[in-house]
Amino acid sequence: MPEPKQPEKLIDDKGVRIDGRRLDQLRPIKLEVGLLDKADGSAYIEQGKNKILVGVYGPREAHPKHIALPDRAVLRCRYRMAPFSVDERKNPAPSRREMELSKVIRESLESVVLTDLYPRTTIDVFIEVLQSDGGSRCAGITAASLALADAGIPMRELVAACAVGKIQGHMALDLSDAEDKYGEADLPVAWVPNANLVTLLQMDGILTINEFEKGLTMALDACKTIHSMQQEALKKKYLVIKEVAEEREETEVVA
Amino acid sequence: MVIVAEPKQVVAPGELLAEGDHLLGDNSFKVGTRIFSACIGIFEVDGNRVTVVPLKGGYFPRVGDLVGGRIVDVGLSGWTLDIRAPYEAMLPASETPGPRGPRRRDLSESFDVGDMVLSQVLAFDRTRDPLLTVKGPGLGKISTGRVVEISAAKIPRLIGRKGSMISMLKRETGCQITVGQNGVVMVWGKSPENERVAVEAIYMVEREAHTRGLTDRIREMIAKSNVVGEVARTQTA
Repeated sequence: MPEPKQPEKLIDDKGVRIDGRRLDQLRPIKLEVGLLDKADGSAYIEQGKNKILVGVYGPREAHPKHIALPDRAVLRCRYRMAPFSVDERKNPAPSRREMELSKVIRESLESVVLTDLYPRTTIDVFIEVLQSDGGSRCAGITAASLALADAGIPMRELVAACAVGKIQGHMALDLSDAEDKYGEADLPVAWVPNANLVTLLQMDGILTINEFEKGLTMALDACKTIHSMQQEALKKKYLVIKEVAEEREETEVVA
Repeated sequence: MVIVAEPKQVVAPGELLAEGDHLLGDNSFKVGTRIFSACIGIFEVDGNRVTVVPLKGGYFPRVGDLVGGRIVDVGLSGWTLDIRAPYEAMLPASETPGPRGPRRRDLSESFDVGDMVLSQVLAFDRTRDPLLTVKGPGLGKISTGRVVEISAAKIPRLIGRKGSMISMLKRETGCQITVGQNGVVMVWGKSPENERVAVEAIYMVEREAHTRGLTDRIREMIAKSNVVGEVARTQTA
């Protein structure tokens, strides 16, 4: 498949982006929890064309043993893109970019997981990008924190992440692949709401201080929205079982 | 002293539970005067204590726990067991009943790799792997009955308040049930059918642990299965 051509304009005269969004609009997000039976916890996210599956294992015995820490659990994180996740086949070998993203995602999650409760163990997070459409590190963090919560691992709270960027001189929320490639700047942000901590902040491109501040505000607002979606998705799994079970009881009583 | 979250409802990690001078129960933590949940679970208030009963999670050993484990290795002076915890458990030969002193027999004659063993946690802390014992009534190799493995987080629900759920299960199915704190449940029934119903009921508890009226629903399910429990047996006798 050939590389998609550069669109003539990322924003049209009415201020609408190539996928029909306004500048401050998120892509549609779908979150699901607990899809994998073999993993201790799992989550799936669709954000625009992104499709990311996350599996969490642990806390479990640390192997190789020498990586274990005497006072806390080791959080290991692997971000990986499937060879079929992008237009041109991605070499399945771990790339420089994947290793970097694994590291920044791990650091972003480490700040919320209560690792000191499980000394000498590891918690493994596997983030598999099945289809990539820009902003996959943020979607990865959003899904990974959900999967950790689904595994029942004690954590301070869920981490929500979202990117902002600059396209054609305007700050825009949640860049898609084309906007990321042909835009001027990209600013991924991960945020922990209650503690009010930013646990991931990277920047690619050039922004003025004013643009940066505007972008950060937009990203934090979006993180708030995503955070409430995360809580809802996490509880939904149990509320569905509850509704079904209690409804069955009621119909039995009537019968 | 304000309870913010709705008691008996599902809470997510980081959800505000209460504000003020409450006692911290399991899976909760305090920042300033605000108390938050640390995991996905059911929020419960017991007097002044706020707790989150987890809906998921693995087993973390505690001294005195009854655990079912699988032998993974036989050594010269003891066994290594998988007790579904993040740590490997050791069962020294000195913690088995019988005469002390050096043993001439091979340890695999007592327990071999793959055997299920019901044991008790003798010692465990953050710095050491759990140490087990099989000295005690009912402890030792499990060679009959059925073994059900469920999530350790659902064990409190399977036992129920003051043992209400488990005593109902035993009574209605006519099975003898031993619950390991690590999620390994052993069932001995007078017929395979009784065991099957008991196992099904245990899985139902695991699946629907957070729902209301579960004990009644399970009692109904068992009644429908036409299995004769203890009550009926005493009536015919």
